[in-house]
Amino acid sequence: MSFDFAVILAKLPQILSGLGVTILIWIAGTLAAAVLGFVIATLRRFGGRPVDVLLQLPIEVLRGTPFLVQIFLLYFGGPYIGLRLDPWVAGLLGISIYGAAYYAEIFRAGYQSVPPGHVEAAECVGLTRNQIITAILLPEMALLVMPPSINMAVILLKETALLSLITVPEMTMTVQAIGSQQYAFVEALVILALVYWALVELANWLGRLAERNLSKLSA
Amino acid sequence: MTWKLFSLLLEASLMTIFVSTVSILLGLVMAIILSGLRMSGNRVAYAGAGVFISFFRGVPLLVQLLLIFNLLPVIGITLPSLATAIIGLSLCTAAYQAENLRGGFEGVAPGLIESAEMAGFTKVQSFIWIRTPIALRVTFPALVNEAILILKASSLVSVVGLIELTKMAQNLSASTYQPLPIFASAGLIYLAINLVVAWIGRRAENALPGLPSR
Repeated sequence: MSFDFAVILAKLPQILSGLGVTILIWIAGTLAAAVLGFVIATLRRFGGRPVDVLLQLPIEVLRGTPFLVQIFLLYFGGPYIGLRLDPWVAGLLGISIYGAAYYAEIFRAGYQSVPPGHVEAAECVGLTRNQIITAILLPEMALLVMPPSINMAVILLKETALLSLITVPEMTMTVQAIGSQQYAFVEALVILALVYWALVELANWLGRLAERNLSKLSA
Repeated sequence: MTWKLFSLLLEASLMTIFVSTVSILLGLVMAIILSGLRMSGNRVAYAGAGVFISFFRGVPLLVQLLLIFNLLPVIGITLPSLATAIIGLSLCTAAYQAENLRGGFEGVAPGLIESAEMAGFTKVQSFIWIRTPIALRVTFPALVNEAILILKASSLVSVVGLIELTKMAQNLSASTYQPLPIFASAGLIYLAINLVVAWIGRRAENALPGLPSR
């Protein structure tokens, strides 16, 4: 038994292109998820009781089912109701919707953390709802929602690996393909694991940096 | 979508529950050992546990499973897919649970450990009999949370060939061309299992003895 990593590393351009797709889908998906999650949490906060209850159901379903089942349902089940999506689109959509459910909960906790007195005071001095959200609620909850948001972003990075199972040409799929072409499957997977590991640690480090700067800013 | 298909999914969900339960428990034992290594005061043990935790939390579970599944035969170990699935899931959850337990271990009042040592407990004894029970009690909600995460993550063990709920859904959807109702049903079964686990977790949390006061 001998391992030959050179045959995999010879395919570096392909690996990098897969890495590019992974990062692109991750960043775009996380941003979309965070924005969608914020919108949902805001609707739940200000939309009255019926909206709050109505939006809770899809959140619970998305958080209670595996991401893999969700993307299979979207990608393989979608065509049966006329929703024929490219793997790319299905993957991005899947990550965004799945992540949105978690971000909605993060922002909900954020909204709850702001003392009601602050909002009442803002209403008394005549601030509009939008002003209250942007000038009072968001800055006050920023410090609290930051760590779970970063944590969720890292989780989403790892979830993008599952998109290989619906044939999105991201890093896992690309490197696996290289591994089988070169008859060096284990080597390919070792390199794949190391790249993810580095990427996740990098994301964690950037997250800690952002947190530190934010807490300095608000101190 | 017939009752026959649904009952096949239900049957397969027993495998999901079995694999998840075994993995969570094995992972918990490994997590306690990892915590012990981290607090042992031995630098090598500390670094080793740290690397283990960082690696298994830093690599997607899918990649871990594929790696274990393909690596083991190459180094001469052939295992049934059930064993491979359990090894993969429990290694991964061990890393996450060790991280969860950390807060619990840090929260143990130093006075308790000191009095245990005064009473003649060795370091290992006070770790097993004083620190671990308290850490487990404090982090119990995180354990329930992790159980739900692992139940969902167990859907990935389909890639090592184990027929659990997700793999069964894939097979049925390929043979009946009804992916929509089948994956939706599989999702609902996961949801139902998770709701039950969350409910049991809440009941257990209330039934467990209260936290020691400081």
